Amino acid sequence: MSGKPADTLLKAKDYKSEVKPVWCPGCGHFAVLSATTKALAHLGLPQKDVAMISGIGCSSRLPAYVSVYGFHGVHGRALAVASGLKAARPELTVLVAGGDGDGFSIGGNHFLHACRRNMDMTYIVMDNEVYGMTKGQASPTTSPDWAESKLTPHGPGVPSFNPAAIALASGATFIARGFTGKPNDLAKLLVDAIQHPGFSFIQALSPCTTFRPDQNDWKKIVRPFEQEATDDPVEAAKRIHADDGMSTGLLYQTKVPVWQPERSVRAQIDQLELGFQV
Amino acid sequence: MSDELDPGQSSHTLSVAITGSGGSGAVTAGEMLLIAVANAGFYGLMGRSAGPQIRGGESAVMLRAGVAPVECLDDRFDILIALDWLNVSRFAEEIPLTRDSLIICDPEAGEIPPDIARHGARVVELPLEALAKGIEGGRTNMIALGVLAELLGIPEEAMLTVVDAKLARKGASAVVPSQRCISCGYNEPKPQQLRQRLPRIKDRPARWNISGNEASGVGAIRGGVRFVAAYPITPATEMLEWLAPNLERVGGVLLQAEDELASVNMIIGGSFGGVPSMTATSGPGLSLMMEGLGLAVASETPVVVANVMRGGPSTGIPTKSEQSDLNIALHGFHGDAPHLVLAALNIRDCAFTTEWAVHLAEALQTVAIVLSDQFLGQARSVTDPPPTAPAGPGRRLAQPAAENYQRYTLADPGGISPMAIPGTEGCLYTADGLEHNERGTPSSMPQDHQLQLEKRRQKLTAIDGGEHWAEVHGSGDLCILTWGSSSGAAFEAAGRLLTMGRPVRVVAIRLLSPLPEQRMLDAIDGAVRTLVVEQNHAGQLFHYLHSLNLLHGEVRKLAKPGPLPIRPGEIVNAILEWI
Repeated sequence: MSGKPADTLLKAKDYKSEVKPVWCPGCGHFAVLSATTKALAHLGLPQKDVAMISGIGCSSRLPAYVSVYGFHGVHGRALAVASGLKAARPELTVLVAGGDGDGFSIGGNHFLHACRRNMDMTYIVMDNEVYGMTKGQASPTTSPDWAESKLTPHGPGVPSFNPAAIALASGATFIARGFTGKPNDLAKLLVDAIQHPGFSFIQALSPCTTFRPDQNDWKKIVRPFEQEATDDPVEAAKRIHADDGMSTGLLYQTKVPVWQPERSVRAQIDQLELGFQV
Repeated sequence: MSDELDPGQSSHTLSVAITGSGGSGAVTAGEMLLIAVANAGFYGLMGRSAGPQIRGGESAVMLRAGVAPVECLDDRFDILIALDWLNVSRFAEEIPLTRDSLIICDPEAGEIPPDIARHGARVVELPLEALAKGIEGGRTNMIALGVLAELLGIPEEAMLTVVDAKLARKGASAVVPSQRCISCGYNEPKPQQLRQRLPRIKDRPARWNISGNEASGVGAIRGGVRFVAAYPITPATEMLEWLAPNLERVGGVLLQAEDELASVNMIIGGSFGGVPSMTATSGPGLSLMMEGLGLAVASETPVVVANVMRGGPSTGIPTKSEQSDLNIALHGFHGDAPHLVLAALNIRDCAFTTEWAVHLAEALQTVAIVLSDQFLGQARSVTDPPPTAPAGPGRRLAQPAAENYQRYTLADPGGISPMAIPGTEGCLYTADGLEHNERGTPSSMPQDHQLQLEKRRQKLTAIDGGEHWAEVHGSGDLCILTWGSSSGAAFEAAGRLLTMGRPVRVVAIRLLSPLPEQRMLDAIDGAVRTLVVEQNHAGQLFHYLHSLNLLHGEVRKLAKPGPLPIRPGEIVNAILEWI
């Protein structure tokens, strides 16, 4: 973690709203809430200058629980709302939160283009490999043989989606994986992600205690990446494909110009209208 | 058109069609002719017909010039000049001719196709292509333009000046051959009796030469829009192409989105950030946006959608006009979702109506869908400068450190609650598409749902569109009700009927939802026979007005799908057949 909070700055609890989460007891998302408030407090960001945007799903309830400006939109479109907000209000710190279904299935196209567009925002996906709010269906990151859903009684039967690989291929400039069993490490990743100039993506492994009790075992297999982050996309791709998806930490970070249109008034409307006169 | 009835004539207008295959330069020639006509002091209208192909399809321009404002195409064309006959049958129906019409064509281009020849129009053969080949770098379209300029009585020098101005940036290598072609076509001997000279006009007031799509862009910027996100789609793209550089000049941003799902949600984000925001699209895009627009209604985030209609459903007829998106604009939302629907009545009105829509959406913190169509969007008009819309009160913003701020408070009469923009001290909240309580916290309580539904309905019913809700002209017990681009033909039909001693009132509706019902009832009071005119198959306005129980007396509909425009003569005939 870089920088030190001054005494005058807000504490983590100041970034927590009074709204009670709808999450199940033991849900991994509580740790994302905690990591978010810690990261914001660490960075000392004024609440009024932070906006958290989300779509639909258990994890997308996060904005209401954080004491900043929030927008809880429709399923899959959080990155689009965030991109519009950032284009219109570049001085705001824009955070986007959601789940694996919201971000990689219904919102998949926006994920590709947000990575490619490289606007300065942070996207944290709480990945529990299941649709929780609709009571336990397979998501794009569910393994092909998971047969616990009535909707896919034989398992989804198709290979799962590799978020880090897709992010890399789409041009994301900051790719990390965290685990909600390690909330302090997750908070550190969030601090780095927010400070990264450009589009930063964190896949937070966040167990679903209700529909994926098997994920209680994640704490036994999650471990840090063996190497420091790379800025070489070829090396990053090798590491992503050699990994089982359970290594955590910053995987890839590179500096690419941020896309942020300049806004300056150079003409008035009547000057534009001159072009139509005959 | 029935032969027994006289559809009437419009005095002092002249209609010219230039046809060719895609890439033949028909549009370029038409644009130059329109400028020359404008310079000579006339009002003008130039519609375009194009196939879906980029090159090698069909292309036609339909130009009408007059001494009074021209808002629709005429029933027939005075002159058709063919650059070639390739694929002309695809739009032959769009260029009605009579025995009095004049066809100018090149005998080397082959026989006149039966679809064109069947009208029995007079024919003049000129060696257009051979003349062009005689000039280095010469093109047939410029020969044709010279021919037309001479027939219409536009001075040769004036025509050459237009070419110079239009092609100057391409350099002398473009200007010189074109000018030589113009002079060649101009001086090519033609039978004297064919001339259809426009009258001379002494004073030429300042006018605009603008397309509907450009006018919509002007209206958006006038209204304060400074963020646009959109996905390219025919026939709305030109609005975006005009907005991209011009928004930038006034300190705004245009973002090309990955799809329409993104564009609508991006403008919701921009507007949540406090910047008046808009997108432009056409039917398929509007269909994709409906969920996002419901979010804007529920979260009370003002956004404007400029929807340039084309033939539907599905991909339909992308390059041709139709007024068939009224139903989706009015009723396309799930849930009870009060919002605004407006329609521009002509090219010039695209500016006024779009600007007004921005003001209304901002003031009411809701969605405004503005309907225009391919004809209005892609046609050019030589018109009086468009008026500005009445300024609204603007968006009601929360004051910093408002005590116990509640975004969706019910405390304010009228239902319009102050909106806090990120960056505002002490007013943190989360906007939500989930039903919510006054604070914005998600709620499925019956009472919260009832109260928030009432809040969102109330703020719309409180508005009064004033006199701008419609253009109401004329009087009498005959009434024409219409909307959008059919309005031009309706007003012209009423003018012709008046000269026949049949006064007709026309009500062309601009604010379709919420429709000011008392104003509507006042406008149609005393009407014994009402004809509802619109360019779609189902009669969407007809059924909408019935659903509101606003139609009384005898009512008929003249509902005709695109791509053929509704022409004034058809409306005249429909009235004459009825009475």
